[in-house]
Amino acid sequence: MTKSEIIDLLARKQSHLSGKDVEWAIKIILERMSESLSTGNRIEVRGFGSFSLHYRAGRKGRNPKTGEPVNLAAKHVPHFKPGKELRERVDGSKASCLIQA
Amino acid sequence: MTLTKADIVENLHEEVGLNKREAKDLVEMFFEEIKSTLESGVNVKFSGFGNFMLRDKKERPGRNPNSGKEIPVSARRVVTFRPGQKLKHRVETYAGTDK
Repeated sequence: MTKSEIIDLLARKQSHLSGKDVEWAIKIILERMSESLSTGNRIEVRGFGSFSLHYRAGRKGRNPKTGEPVNLAAKHVPHFKPGKELRERVDGSKASCLIQA
Repeated sequence: MTLTKADIVENLHEEVGLNKREAKDLVEMFFEEIKSTLESGVNVKFSGFGNFMLRDKKERPGRNPNSGKEIPVSARRVVTFRPGQKLKHRVETYAGTDK
């Protein structure tokens, strides 16, 4: 399922809204979420899950091509923790369906 | 400040001009659609943001951390989030300490 597929699906279910508005809205939802994380703020959606930042300390790495040592700066990476409802629903369906790409 | 569903609803109301009811319904439906898609065994991919991927885990030995007693962790299906390039890059440059 991709972004455009979810937009089509929601536009069909919310037929009183224009497709353009639904598309705009979904893009704004994802943009607000990205923006929140990139300014160091968590996201919490009950039943779905929460997003936070995890800190990765700087380390010495190597350029895999030349073998030259490089310093990798400390950084933050996004982390998602599924909420209880999502965890239970996904696990509960494992016997009845295979994972599809 | 933590971003919540109520904040997103407020945003849609202000920026897209949906009324509060429409904005709330749409936000609820958006997250519900992701949940039911994952529940049906299908991965969800948002380019630029990231992918919600399902993984089947085998049973593995575990331990009750309090009693130290060995109990197996049962086989389960879990969701993992793999952030997209764009989101990873935006977050990487964040230098603050508050989460």
